[in-house]
Amino acid sequence: MGELREFPLKYRLFLKIYPWRRSGSVPWTPLQKPLKDSRLVLISTAGLILPDQEPFDKSIRGGDCSFREIPSDVDASALIDTHRSDLFDHFGVRQDPNLTFPIDRVQELEKKGRIGSVNRRHLSFMGSITTPKRLVKKTLPGVAHLLKTDAVDAALLIPV
Amino acid sequence: MATVVIQSLRQVTEKIRPPRALVVPFRHGYPLDTPDDPDRQHAVIEAALKMLEDTDLQPPAIVDYVPK
Repeated sequence: MGELREFPLKYRLFLKIYPWRRSGSVPWTPLQKPLKDSRLVLISTAGLILPDQEPFDKSIRGGDCSFREIPSDVDASALIDTHRSDLFDHFGVRQDPNLTFPIDRVQELEKKGRIGSVNRRHLSFMGSITTPKRLVKKTLPGVAHLLKTDAVDAALLIPV
Repeated sequence: MATVVIQSLRQVTEKIRPPRALVVPFRHGYPLDTPDDPDRQHAVIEAALKMLEDTDLQPPAIVDYVPK
């Protein structure tokens, strides 16, 4: 398991005093239909982008809260790891982006009939956002609208 | 929309309390276990999908993933 004690001291101290956001009650949405009939979307914070996409802005204090749409028919090997954190070993995701954005795996699940369908687009965020208020207020309403428009039933989130 | 998150830091998961979280025993940056190993990656995803299907879970549902 990943442990905070693995992190360098400056990050451990930061995380110790970091004001984690938590809502009073935990939102809960049951799956509305069997998985074999459900549409799945991937949401990753591995900072993956395609070669023709605008890079995340690493100069923004607190982190770039924008996201990139990754089409479902993407060649996973074309995805570029731009995660700004030096807290983890990037070798794995650079070798196989499916490690943090398992597009090939969910395509295989669709072919097997385990899930109904893979959404036509997926969302890639930068991780290590330290200003979640901005993310929640400015970015997430548009994300919710996008996913509602796409009639997504379930989301697999992979934070990095 | 039902959600499930694959997390490698249990301490963070317990603070944030997402609706459903699968806590994996892999080092940070390796949420789906091993690069270029579809079987091991599928095993993690399947455990997360099962959480979506489990009608007995109550929020916040935090489940530890045990690799086979």
